[in-house]
Amino acid sequence: MNKPVKIIIDDHEIEAFAGEKLLWAALDNDIFIPHLCAIREEKRSGASCRLCFVEIEGISQPVTSCTKSVEDGMVVKTRSPRIDRLVKTGFELLLSDHDLKCRECPANRSCALQKIAKERGLKLRQKRFKHIERDYQLDDSPKEFAFNRSRCVLCGQCVWADREEAKIGAIGFTRRGIKRVVTTFEDLPLAESICTECKLCVDACPVGALYYKDLKK
Amino acid sequence: MSGSGSEKIYSKLYEQAKAKVEPKESKARVLVGTATCGVSAGALKIKEDFEREIKEKDLDADVVEVGCIGHCYAEPMAVIAKPGFPPVCYGYLDEGLVHRLVEDFLGGDDPSYEYALAALERNDVFPTFEDFPRGVYEQKLILENCGFIDVRDIESYIVREGYSALSKALAGKPAEVLEEIKAANLRGRGGAGFPAGIKWEACLNGGADERYVICNADEGDPGAFMDRSILESDPHLVIEGMILCAYAIGAHKGYLYIRAEYPRAVRHVQEAINQAREKGLLGSSIMDTEFAFDLDIFQGSGAFVCGEATALVNSMEGKMGMPESRPPRLASKGFRGKPTILNNVKTFAYVPFIINRGADWFKGIGTDHSPGTAVFSLVGKVANTGLVEVPMGTTLRQLIYEVGDGLPNEKEFKAVQIGGPSGGCLPESALDVPIDFDSLHEAGAIMGSGGLVVMDEDDCMVAVARYFLEFTQHESCGKCTFCRLGTKHMLDILNDITMGEGDEETLSLLKELAEDVRDGSLCNLGKTAPNPVLTTLEYFYDEYRAHIEEGRCPALVCRNLILYYIEPPKCSKLCNVCVGSCPTEAIFTRDDGLKEIDQEKCVKCANCLKACPPEYNAIVKISPPVLPPEKEKKTK
Repeated sequence: MNKPVKIIIDDHEIEAFAGEKLLWAALDNDIFIPHLCAIREEKRSGASCRLCFVEIEGISQPVTSCTKSVEDGMVVKTRSPRIDRLVKTGFELLLSDHDLKCRECPANRSCALQKIAKERGLKLRQKRFKHIERDYQLDDSPKEFAFNRSRCVLCGQCVWADREEAKIGAIGFTRRGIKRVVTTFEDLPLAESICTECKLCVDACPVGALYYKDLKK
Repeated sequence: MSGSGSEKIYSKLYEQAKAKVEPKESKARVLVGTATCGVSAGALKIKEDFEREIKEKDLDADVVEVGCIGHCYAEPMAVIAKPGFPPVCYGYLDEGLVHRLVEDFLGGDDPSYEYALAALERNDVFPTFEDFPRGVYEQKLILENCGFIDVRDIESYIVREGYSALSKALAGKPAEVLEEIKAANLRGRGGAGFPAGIKWEACLNGGADERYVICNADEGDPGAFMDRSILESDPHLVIEGMILCAYAIGAHKGYLYIRAEYPRAVRHVQEAINQAREKGLLGSSIMDTEFAFDLDIFQGSGAFVCGEATALVNSMEGKMGMPESRPPRLASKGFRGKPTILNNVKTFAYVPFIINRGADWFKGIGTDHSPGTAVFSLVGKVANTGLVEVPMGTTLRQLIYEVGDGLPNEKEFKAVQIGGPSGGCLPESALDVPIDFDSLHEAGAIMGSGGLVVMDEDDCMVAVARYFLEFTQHESCGKCTFCRLGTKHMLDILNDITMGEGDEETLSLLKELAEDVRDGSLCNLGKTAPNPVLTTLEYFYDEYRAHIEEGRCPALVCRNLILYYIEPPKCSKLCNVCVGSCPTEAIFTRDDGLKEIDQEKCVKCANCLKACPPEYNAIVKISPPVLPPEKEKKTK
């Protein structure tokens, strides 16, 4: 790592490493910034969930903290009317496409969405946008886990785990726009794909889209 | 580097080309405009007609395929150049006219001026395009050769001093090219207007062993065809610009990223590349210098988002065509991780002119901050649709009313849409905005890559916004939250409004969401997708309100808010045209002989409206969809 520098986030002076991404510097110092898609090991962050916005002194537009490198003396705000508005809209957009039956969900109480809602005082039951109806089929073909796409927020944590940690490549993103999904080659059920059922993807899922069957009971 | 060598080589090339082209051009020639626009209007058939007629009459005349002359409204078109006469351009050609022109002009000596659009050289007999009222406003630089040179013959380009800029540059240092482009303040014509020279310099200083030059010809805006026309009509101009860029930044490999939906452009550019290689203008030692550079075509597969720099590079590398967060910018880390220059077709097309004529000359055209010309595909409700080139700083009003000759059918102007799905709709009050990067941005639109759509009173601005949103929503790659879901919800809201659903809150939600999608999206597709919505909300708010408050579509466009009605006093009773035109048998004859529309069965296809003879003109559209009282009484 590069040399340690001092930056200010929300009036707290913290020590971070020049060049590391701001998001991780904040999280390592117990400063919460909402995030779903960020992966520490990834060289170039996908920056796709658009929740980790912060304001940085000297930059007119809000920036995603997962793509911004730490610089010495940086002054950062994780909350402001502009940031709160963007995060609220982004969060509500994701929820408009999320099957919100928390009580039935194995990720209840450990869900990243619930955590963001709690930390930022946001409601899980958003009312601004119509709910997007999906008719995804539950894939419970693997022995110990299942994949419920209607809970998926397309963060890509499972794809990373599958490709970069397990080195399998059974799942990936396909299709474009509103039809974008995580799926196997030819949309086969996981058990019929090259998936080895190593379950690293299940551990990586922050929202209960991939979940252990026996935790459901 | 053997500087003078390149100039010697060039003069040899020029003499060769002259020796070949001059005899060809000294006899009668028919130049048929066969760019895609011409072909779709039937130009290939016209070309065959010319060839057949000439052969039948045993005349000595060549028929040559040229590109787009720019006057799309008059396609198919041809220019006849016969010694002793000024070259004359004819439009609206058909088989009969071709027969007549071959017989009277090529066979005889009557240029049939009654069918001519304009002459192409000043003469005492017939006006030229410059003599048209629009001539005052037009200034053709990069379109200068379009439609006049044989696109499949490099020598036709060389005799018009093509590749002379390259020879001049090779005689000097690469840094001189860069300095000239920087001094000219050439701004990127892809839309954002970033200065090309600064980008090139950043790439040069990127400190890598390898660099790439890529031409972005993934033109995808609905209604835009500037880049296609230039590549089809004058491919060597773009190639020369790319070679000059490569020389300036020290690149040895370049690509033209052309969308596969442009097969003619792909073919013409490929032929041009092959010919340039044969002449030693591409390859290992260009014009006998040590400078090596080669070009290849990469065909894009039709995703609009691949016009975005990082998505374009991803797709070239075999990855999904999806954008990445920036920085790093392409100029420091682009194709295959190397510093890469990505410029629009038009940006490269200006480069040879700047090198030949100098930065000061270039800055003499246009405005202080946006020098040069602007190329637009002028389409929509405008009399003279086509490809136009005007100096920057020309106002929208001049462009639409003088160059485009105003709106047809005496309709009232409503809006002009600039910059495609990423641009905005500007109202009458903005028509005096000068066309340059900064003024348009201030007005809420963008220069874009040059699509310009004129709309009249019959266009519903809510439907227009909906149309563009449908496009961007469909073209969203789905990677980031705001674009994937935000555009979807915006489209849903707009759909509701076109059906008369919603209230004041719906409009404020639409505005809020549009602003957040603009501020929150990952790439420029998402960041600019809300522009058509935001500008129509700003300039045509009353039209939105009419939809939701009164259930009325003022332009009579939104299907759910209109009905078709036959006005009894106007209906002739004796005519049955409307009945026959209806595909759903919704129109019937009443006992009193008048025709009536069964609203339950009507699918609002407008066939009857078009079928009703103009002398009766009995069918009207009504919004909100409530039948007039006298009609209701009778049905009761």
